[in-house]
Amino acid sequence: MPLLEVANLTTHFHTREGVVLAVDGISFSVDRGETLAIVGESGSGKSVACYSLLKLIPQPPGEIVAGRALFEGKDLLQADKKTLQQIRGNDIAIIFQDPMTCLNPYLTVGEQLIEPLIYHHSSSRKEATRRAIEILGEVGIVEPEKRINSYPHEFSGGMRQRVMIAMALITEPKLLICDEPTTALDVTIQAQILDLVKALQLKRNIAVIFISHDLAVVAGVADKVAVMKDGLIVEQESIDDIFYNTQHEYTKKLLASIPEGAKPGASSPHATNPDAFNTETPCIENRPLLSINGLKTHFHDYSGGWLKRNQKVVKAVDDVSLRIQPGEILGLVGESGSGKSTLGRSILQLVPVTSGSVIFDGTDLTQLSSAQMKPMRRRMQMIFQDPYASLNPRMTVFDTLAEPLLYHGLATRKTVTEQVLALMDDVGLARSAIRKYPHEFSGGQRQRIAVGRAISTKPELVIADEPVSALDVTIQAQILDLILTLVDKHHLTMLFISHDLSVVRYTADRIAVMHHGKLVETGSTESLFSAPQHEYTQQLLSAIPVADPARERERQMALTELRAESTSEI
Amino acid sequence: MFESKQPEPVLTDQLAQAEEGTSLWQDAWFRLRQNTFALCGLGVILFLCIVALLTPFIAPYGYEQQNLLLGAAPPSAEHWLGTDIFGRDMLTRIMYGSRVSLMVGFIATSVALVIGVLWGTIAGYAGGRVDAFMMRLVDILYALPFMIFIVLLMVVFGRNILLLFLAIGAVEWLTMARIVRGQVLSLRRQEFVEAAVSLGLSRWTIIRRHLIPNTLGPVIVYTTLTIPSVMLLEAFLSFLGLGIQPPQSSWGLLISYGVETMEEYPWLLLFPGLTLSITLFALNFLGDGLRDALDPRASKN
Repeated sequence: MPLLEVANLTTHFHTREGVVLAVDGISFSVDRGETLAIVGESGSGKSVACYSLLKLIPQPPGEIVAGRALFEGKDLLQADKKTLQQIRGNDIAIIFQDPMTCLNPYLTVGEQLIEPLIYHHSSSRKEATRRAIEILGEVGIVEPEKRINSYPHEFSGGMRQRVMIAMALITEPKLLICDEPTTALDVTIQAQILDLVKALQLKRNIAVIFISHDLAVVAGVADKVAVMKDGLIVEQESIDDIFYNTQHEYTKKLLASIPEGAKPGASSPHATNPDAFNTETPCIENRPLLSINGLKTHFHDYSGGWLKRNQKVVKAVDDVSLRIQPGEILGLVGESGSGKSTLGRSILQLVPVTSGSVIFDGTDLTQLSSAQMKPMRRRMQMIFQDPYASLNPRMTVFDTLAEPLLYHGLATRKTVTEQVLALMDDVGLARSAIRKYPHEFSGGQRQRIAVGRAISTKPELVIADEPVSALDVTIQAQILDLILTLVDKHHLTMLFISHDLSVVRYTADRIAVMHHGKLVETGSTESLFSAPQHEYTQQLLSAIPVADPARERERQMALTELRAESTSEI
Repeated sequence: MFESKQPEPVLTDQLAQAEEGTSLWQDAWFRLRQNTFALCGLGVILFLCIVALLTPFIAPYGYEQQNLLLGAAPPSAEHWLGTDIFGRDMLTRIMYGSRVSLMVGFIATSVALVIGVLWGTIAGYAGGRVDAFMMRLVDILYALPFMIFIVLLMVVFGRNILLLFLAIGAVEWLTMARIVRGQVLSLRRQEFVEAAVSLGLSRWTIIRRHLIPNTLGPVIVYTTLTIPSVMLLEAFLSFLGLGIQPPQSSWGLLISYGVETMEEYPWLLLFPGLTLSITLFALNFLGDGLRDALDPRASKN
């Protein structure tokens, strides 16, 4: 008998618009030492399904309508409050998505770690602390005796996720539910956390339910996969069958949406001779549209107090030189904190530049006053990462798109409606949505509005700052294709910033890799992927999860060997 | 300090006109009309305002007209709400009082609203030294005992009812400025403000179109709380002899006199108190309705 057997689980949410069938009669099972991955896009019900098991969904509006969830023979859905409290954290533990918000900032991690031991096992404080130190060491925290007295903010994101794992494992649960545990993390950290979960699972022989939206991540960890869509499991097979013997249309669509391989039509006119764009050999005949020389953007860190003289300086962008040719898409890759977003904002003069020059079509932007900058702003636009934050919630689509047109005098009052409608056609928004507010749209549609706003002024340069990282994978593919179409149609030049190498490989002609505020490598997309020169680039490339279970297994073997040689550091 | 340079006036005009087509305010009015409670609130306020305006023509008695023989009489057919200890008609006095109270409520609050919102937005958006300077000024004004401030104003400019309103408003804007600044501080880090900057919009346009509309929720709630507190402040000042003088009346004054004789003549407290309470209820319903109406994200009932 499997450890957990769920049958016909049905969860409804009662909302104003009626009943939402969040989970609509799903069945799955998972056994000791086994990993079940539940994959689906946002809103597919994958998280609700798992939270329903422990009655962690808000009731009302949620309601578990039907189903059975046998955990070691006991039905979790029929269990009373007290039994459930015992099972939560004790037999079943959860690792949440965002390690930044899941730890109480006012308590040391030690205090939070020993809490369940004292509460569930009534161990003594001393005994619990000893155990906490032990498990912190096990999840790869260096010097656990010291770190146990640190507060959450003293850990980096990856370290915090390790602490979260330690917290989940400290009561020796039999089932571990991981809810997108690596989505908020960088790709190199993600690889380490995935390895850690895998290693701990093998050692303890526990069952793992791994919730993810990313099939590539799942490829390396799961034994079987359940693909969810609209509250239903559309396909449930072993990992190899899902990837190599795909049955369901939706799963095929998911797999097809993973950006893989080179930019489609890599022989597009502006990529004919990619090597010519290499900064090492600047081409004389082409005048670059944008040329950055020795750009530095430093921030003062006032956390030590305003009055102290020895303020720390954060070198977000540190001596970067870069050229972008007209019509080119340059991918800028780096992990969080590498300064890639700051570089984008420095180019647009959205943050004060410390030194260096940004020459756009012959004009040094750093020398312009804000009044002189205004006509230049029309010619360079930005697409932001989070479509939920980048649109004014109190402006309709019409207001948002009409504002730049009217402000820059590109439309008159008579023509503006027509022009806005044309823009909406361009980015694939239904004309009827013109009077709607942002919150009435899905993430993908919102990003379409944001793209529309960015191209409304007919700019020459567009800086796209992680334009798809907040989106589901199928939507991501649509938005990427939209951006590529618009680049061709309007002859745009683009700086495409992303942490996701596969996305950049799909879009960019040339790639620049950024690390700790410096450019470490620049090269044409294919040469960079096939023969990375810099050590950091190699590290980045090797950390990308591949949506191919067999290759993923090989890669992990190689990675484990590699790591055995050099001790990991985050 | 703060550049409020307008773009070419023609363009701004066009922008303003285009705004009218689909403006937030038009949508808000549409949504407000669906909200029965808010409409009732609006109705009550309008009714009170009309009564206050027409008082000299429709009041049954003069506000200083005494009937010493009657003394403090309970409600009767001649005096619907009774009379006070000097035999003056309570209904008349409440009606005359509403003129002062509503005026002080709305004028002083508007003063506080305009100064507070502008000050807070500019400080929050400008940030850095400008923000530090502007907010320290607010701190200093907070620290000044406002009674002294008002007494000084009265001494210098003489006792003038309009000045009283302005003085109260000039004290009440401080909290509003702080609330708005806090809102703006979190708003200006949002990407839609950055997007507006990268579109090349002037700072004034960003403040007007992107920042202020998004601070309206808390501002409206705080405004509905300010109006009653301003009305009571007026009563307090009048009580000290700094506001209006008897035989003129205001709701606050009537209530404070009513409190003194609460045990013997409860109607002297009951009716002015009731009027004030109804006004506050109406204001709260209207305020909540406005807050929801101005937020496109609020669910449609």
